[in-house]
Amino acid sequence: MNLRRDVFQAIADPTRRAILLLVASQSMTAGAIAANFDSARPTISKHLQILTECELLRQEQSGREVHYYLNAKRMKAIADFLEPFRNLWDDRFNKLESVMKNVKSKK
Amino acid sequence: MERKTKVHAEAGKQVLTITREFDLPVELLFKAHTEAELLEQWMGTKVLKLEAKKHGSWQIETSFPNGNLAFRASGVFHEIIPNQKIIRTFEMENIFDVQLEFFDFERLTGDVSKLTMQFVFRSLALRDQMLQMPFAQGLNMAHNRLQEILNQIK
Repeated sequence: MNLRRDVFQAIADPTRRAILLLVASQSMTAGAIAANFDSARPTISKHLQILTECELLRQEQSGREVHYYLNAKRMKAIADFLEPFRNLWDDRFNKLESVMKNVKSKK
Repeated sequence: MERKTKVHAEAGKQVLTITREFDLPVELLFKAHTEAELLEQWMGTKVLKLEAKKHGSWQIETSFPNGNLAFRASGVFHEIIPNQKIIRTFEMENIFDVQLEFFDFERLTGDVSKLTMQFVFRSLALRDQMLQMPFAQGLNMAHNRLQEILNQIK
């Protein structure tokens, strides 16, 4: 199974992206997360399960409650994934700009 | 230096969007994409064929700095509207499935222009593979060599 692709599928859903934004600032219980959405509680539970399975969220038991945390390291992995590709195009375009400025000045 | 190139890979969509603003008039930005000699200079590739017209075809060849062939890529132009739009196909021969590419050229001011490229892949998996291209490093090396050549001319 391609875990990396699963991460992309996990963040494809707008509700799941909203959950990630919510827990980015502070850890929260499933109940506190669900209170921010109109969706039924089992639907939110399912989303939390998917996010936990692909390691975007971490669960931590404290007493009777389970708190959800954002796994910043995993989130960074998504950003890193794009970076080399972005650098490649940035280099190309910098070159395009300098090549064409040269063309312009020769006119 | 501020990074001006933005890459957006929307989750769950087999599309990749790349945007960039250029300190160039839109005419020059467009020209850099349709003239073989210029494309060779900034892409660091050899252009074998570039028929910049509707239903025309193109083919490029990229080598590693040691001269070994990295890959050939080719496709056809579906639409070309000067200073506005290019629609073409792109295929890395024997490496990747074909992808569909949309280039939108925009004039922001007389001397500033914007390019929006959308690459449409056959599947999410293919898009993600493209992002992990192992020879990106090789291409950068070729570009560095080009930069040296340009610096000598200046």
